[in-house]
Amino acid sequence: MMGMTMTEKVLARHAGRAQAAPGDNIWVDVDILMTHDVCGPGTIGIFRKQFGPTAKVWDREKVVIIPDHYIFTNDLHAHRNIDVLRAFVKEQDLPYYYDVGTDKYKGVCHIALPEEGHTRPGEVLFGTDSHTCTAGAFGEFATGIGNTDAALIMGIGKLWVKVPETMRFEFEGPLPPYLMAKDLILHIIGDIGVDGATYRAMEFSGDGVMSLSIEERMTLCNMVIEAGGKNGIIPTDDVTEQFVKSKTVKPYQPVADDPDARFHSVRRYTTADIQPTLAKPHSPDNRGTAHECAGTKLDRAYIGSCTGGKLNDFIAAAKILKGQQVKADTYIVPATTEVAKGLATTMLDGQSLTDIFLQAGAKISQGASCAACLGGPSDTFGRLNKSEVCISTTNRNFPGRMGSKTSQVYLASPYTVAASAIRGEITDPREFL
Amino acid sequence: MQDLITGSAYVLGDNVDTDQIIPAKHLVYSLSDPEERKLYGRYALSGVPDGAAGLPNGNVQFVPENEHRSPFQIIIGGRNFGCGSSREHAPEAMQIAGIQAVVAESYARIFYRNSVDGGFFIPFESTQRLITEVKTGDDVEINVPQGTLTNRTSGKTYSLRPLGDVLEIIKAGGVFAYARLAGFLKL
Repeated sequence: MMGMTMTEKVLARHAGRAQAAPGDNIWVDVDILMTHDVCGPGTIGIFRKQFGPTAKVWDREKVVIIPDHYIFTNDLHAHRNIDVLRAFVKEQDLPYYYDVGTDKYKGVCHIALPEEGHTRPGEVLFGTDSHTCTAGAFGEFATGIGNTDAALIMGIGKLWVKVPETMRFEFEGPLPPYLMAKDLILHIIGDIGVDGATYRAMEFSGDGVMSLSIEERMTLCNMVIEAGGKNGIIPTDDVTEQFVKSKTVKPYQPVADDPDARFHSVRRYTTADIQPTLAKPHSPDNRGTAHECAGTKLDRAYIGSCTGGKLNDFIAAAKILKGQQVKADTYIVPATTEVAKGLATTMLDGQSLTDIFLQAGAKISQGASCAACLGGPSDTFGRLNKSEVCISTTNRNFPGRMGSKTSQVYLASPYTVAASAIRGEITDPREFL
Repeated sequence: MQDLITGSAYVLGDNVDTDQIIPAKHLVYSLSDPEERKLYGRYALSGVPDGAAGLPNGNVQFVPENEHRSPFQIIIGGRNFGCGSSREHAPEAMQIAGIQAVVAESYARIFYRNSVDGGFFIPFESTQRLITEVKTGDDVEINVPQGTLTNRTSGKTYSLRPLGDVLEIIKAGGVFAYARLAGFLKL
């Protein structure tokens, strides 16, 4: 039998087969289907149309609904979408719904999923959001799909997939103190381009990757979609298992690459060779370094989203912002309510992150959500409503992504964004670390 | 599946992402409501930067003000068409605007999959770069069985890639019909 990669093994197991090879079209059993307020209503509409008005979801324990996109807005259409989710959850009696305005409210789905124990090694997770690939950090197959595919899963618990080839990215050496996972993934995307991994799995390994925290691993996997990747995946180790076991008692079965697994390609990097990296407007593969772009004037800095709004991202930013004043308008958006609590309770030299940000002159969002990462309704916190230049810890800088078509967005690590916020121009974080 | 798809071409560049196809602030309208869903047609491709909207010259409105149908029926795109967000509203908005086919050099996979599984239109892949061969407003014909695209304005014909694995889903009319054929749905 031919050796398999982690991705091939997970898919084979979920198709009830001993073997799965790249290019095979197979139907896999789904462990978790996640949807949110933007794509949930459309998915529910198709589900009802195709399976009938009284149809029940295939497994109520496996459908997770997390409103997160358009929450803190006066847009009435957006509120109606939450009502659609609420009614469906009630009708289907779904246990995993994190409703707006209740204690259960979470915020950004990709961070909420692991916090609530829905990401487990060796499983198959589909979500109606392209950044569902974030969960590959937990050693599972996770990818984004559309409403139609999600509606089919809702009814039958299965979906066809084409088994992807795996590209392997190895990082040697722990990260230097001025680098974060965001620098590594922006570096890779700059190398292979925004379609460099189309249809493929991106596997991250090497001691540089395995030395990362679970949150940093999530940042790596989050942005595989920005290279066109189908899924990102990281081997399961003690870091993964400790986290997962702290969140769930459900059993799971991790997978590992076979020694003779075949890869599309293997790229090796030495972390010490990588610079604080950014993506210039208007594409995640338009790579530059903070050093090269130093001096570029900024109107705004934004720290938030599924890729850059986790507690570790804010700790990193606070290290630099402590005792400083920002020159650029700086917006802080915690990804989830748990992260928001962490801002108030996490201390850095006796001061909470919240106090550090407020004293530096930053604005902190009252609620956890996707907020301005994807623009959203015009009253969204931090949205770029005119020709502003912004540096952001988010994952996309397409034209108009954060609002106005005439705005410009630079993507960078929380270190680089914080350093640049202080100067009001792009700044290499090494000047503050 | 029809054999011939004809219409007026609208030409776009590389890496047209789904935020350009349907900007996020519009993702709030109901897709189930027959009237409200027309808003997706109205705002289809409204996020494309003006200079890139309808090549080679740009500044060509895809859908006229206050309407929801486009005078163009076939999109010609470059590399990595439909990258970014997984929003199925993107191919659906294009379908509501009247798009019958997209011909691009390559696709981002979620957009490609959504187009096929949702049965919105056929995403064809060209074997060469057509965005410099076809101009916005050119009269174009796709011959599906032959796998060719003819620019009737210039008289030139180009070959398209075979549809491959997804042909069965396209023929069935989308993933639900395909799943029924595979025996997963008894309805």
